[in-house]
Amino acid sequence: MSPRNEFGEVPGAFPDSFGDVVDGASVLVCCGSGGVGKTTTAAVIGLEAARRGRRVVVVTIDPARRLADALGLVDGLTGEPQQVRAGVENAAVTGELWAMMLDTPAMFERVVRAHAPDPEQADRIVENRFYRNIAGALSGTQEYMASEALHELHGDERFDLVVVDTPPSRNALDFLDAPGVLARFLDHKLFKLMMMPTRTGLRMLTVATQPILKAIGRVVGSDVLADAVAFFQAFAGMDVGFRQRAEAVTALLRAETTRFILVASPQRDAITEASWFADQLAQQGFAVHGTVVNRLHPRFGDGSVADAVERAASASRRGHDDLAAVWSNLADLRTIAIAERAELAPLLDRVAGSAVVEVPMLPSDVHDVMALDLLARHLFG
Amino acid sequence: MSNVNPLADLASSNLVIVAGKGGVGKTTVTAVVARAAADAGRRVLVIELDGKPALDELVPDLDVRHISAAESLEEYLFEHGFKRIARRLTSTGVIDVIGTAAPGIDDLVVLGKIKQLERSGEWDLIVVDGPAAGHAITFLTAASGLLDAVRGGPVREQAQDVLDMLRSPERCQVLLVTLPEATPVNELIETSFALEERVGVQLGPIVVNRVDQTPPLPDPTSVDFGRARVQVDDAVAAAHFRSTRLRVQGSEIDRLSSSVPLPQIHLSARPVAGLSPGDIAVLAAELVR
Repeated sequence: MSPRNEFGEVPGAFPDSFGDVVDGASVLVCCGSGGVGKTTTAAVIGLEAARRGRRVVVVTIDPARRLADALGLVDGLTGEPQQVRAGVENAAVTGELWAMMLDTPAMFERVVRAHAPDPEQADRIVENRFYRNIAGALSGTQEYMASEALHELHGDERFDLVVVDTPPSRNALDFLDAPGVLARFLDHKLFKLMMMPTRTGLRMLTVATQPILKAIGRVVGSDVLADAVAFFQAFAGMDVGFRQRAEAVTALLRAETTRFILVASPQRDAITEASWFADQLAQQGFAVHGTVVNRLHPRFGDGSVADAVERAASASRRGHDDLAAVWSNLADLRTIAIAERAELAPLLDRVAGSAVVEVPMLPSDVHDVMALDLLARHLFG
Repeated sequence: MSNVNPLADLASSNLVIVAGKGGVGKTTVTAVVARAAADAGRRVLVIELDGKPALDELVPDLDVRHISAAESLEEYLFEHGFKRIARRLTSTGVIDVIGTAAPGIDDLVVLGKIKQLERSGEWDLIVVDGPAAGHAITFLTAASGLLDAVRGGPVREQAQDVLDMLRSPERCQVLLVTLPEATPVNELIETSFALEERVGVQLGPIVVNRVDQTPPLPDPTSVDFGRARVQVDDAVAAAHFRSTRLRVQGSEIDRLSSSVPLPQIHLSARPVAGLSPGDIAVLAAELVR
């Protein structure tokens, strides 16, 4: 293997094209902050990969209704993969496109059932109120389940490429960290404390008399605490399985054919987040393979702002207001395009080792396959 | 613009919580509202919840306070008879388990902290850069949720106090932020109904951020370019592009108006990608104009 620099890139290596990045991948993880077009980008990649003969499943984090409409999924995205016909119905297309939405609670239940030694223990867990809180609210649960879904779909023979959209996480690292969430939770001191009575044969009631638990009980109520104790006890013996699974998911994230795509838009906060994410990935030894900058204002030719401003001024002096408005609009849009590129420059330097593609802002929203096609042409050239 | 005097509207309550989907510019709007109120002579406090600090930079001369769930919970436990073990609860990570055992307790203690500041009377207006829209609903329903779940004790009391604050329009209102685009508008419509139904909080005017305020462009194909040849195609393409964007923007704003009967404040798109304190001042002046 070639030596890699601190950013996990091979120095001096010419980056692959975006198409090469996708062709060589079995898992693509799209990362970036909210509102940058991450879900649409994942769908466009899926569409194009299917046309290139891959059997692709795209997993979104939210219902993405407009995208579902654009893909012709009348019932919307669901927790089970649905085959998409729109855009790939052409007989020449040998690949397949599937799409689904992450159903966090359902996924969590599947994980619990897979690890429970018997159905009764699984029932005890999923009916527990503390479990339901975890499945719905524990920070990191969504990321954890996204990584579980990724692992599950990767092993599903129907697919040879999984494209996953990551949750818009405040802590961008959560996704990479996710497989360990439950394992760590089960590793918790409190868990061990709670597990003690079962080992020493004391009754659960005794647990609640320990000072720290008593204190918690006074804040949240003793019945709430009892649920928590029951939850941890129901997990007895399952922690080893969870830990092994976490290791398998982590290994998949680190596999050579798992590739990370950074998605950004020219807004400062999105750029800051993307740069930060690139740094975090590098620190963990992951490389950014592809970078997509969405919604860039087009430049409209190679002329200068000054030239357009001058023409607008001249038209205005001659009393041609309509003409002045048209030139002045060109000057405005060029100014925006230049400002956006200046803002993006440090990020693009930072990810120079990846395949970088710029996608212009389309005049109207993406709401049909034609718009997705247009985006695909920009991504894949 | 349908707003008469947005600042008077906004400053009619002690607390303004700014909420909206990621990327719509909540932080910008927080800064703009704070700036406008401060420029009008009001004593303003800006509150940032967990996350990257950005507001110090945008309103460098105002009071900015960061409130984190972990610190608030520790402070809460400290003040409620857990002096000795508050630190130990946090350092051992037991706090995470408490947060999970009683979901919403972390949000509740943050709101409790905000309520304390609101009650102090030190400021005329407190502006909170709230959580993203999806989380805004859980954040604001934390109090009513816990009120149902917890039968007694300090948590219940706190939940009741917070709910009282959220439900009185003279004390608190929520400012929803969106962009003139389909997805953010859809999300705002859903959030506004959910908040009114499930929290009963007063919704302030809707802020539509990054609105292109350019007047409609002439049809470039009917414009006489005279002898100019070079770049004429670019100018025509640019005019078509802008006109389409303006049309899409207009129809999204109309859809928003007909779906949510609240006044709207439109903030102009700035020509640059990032904002400076100067941009905030310009937008703040626009707000009161």
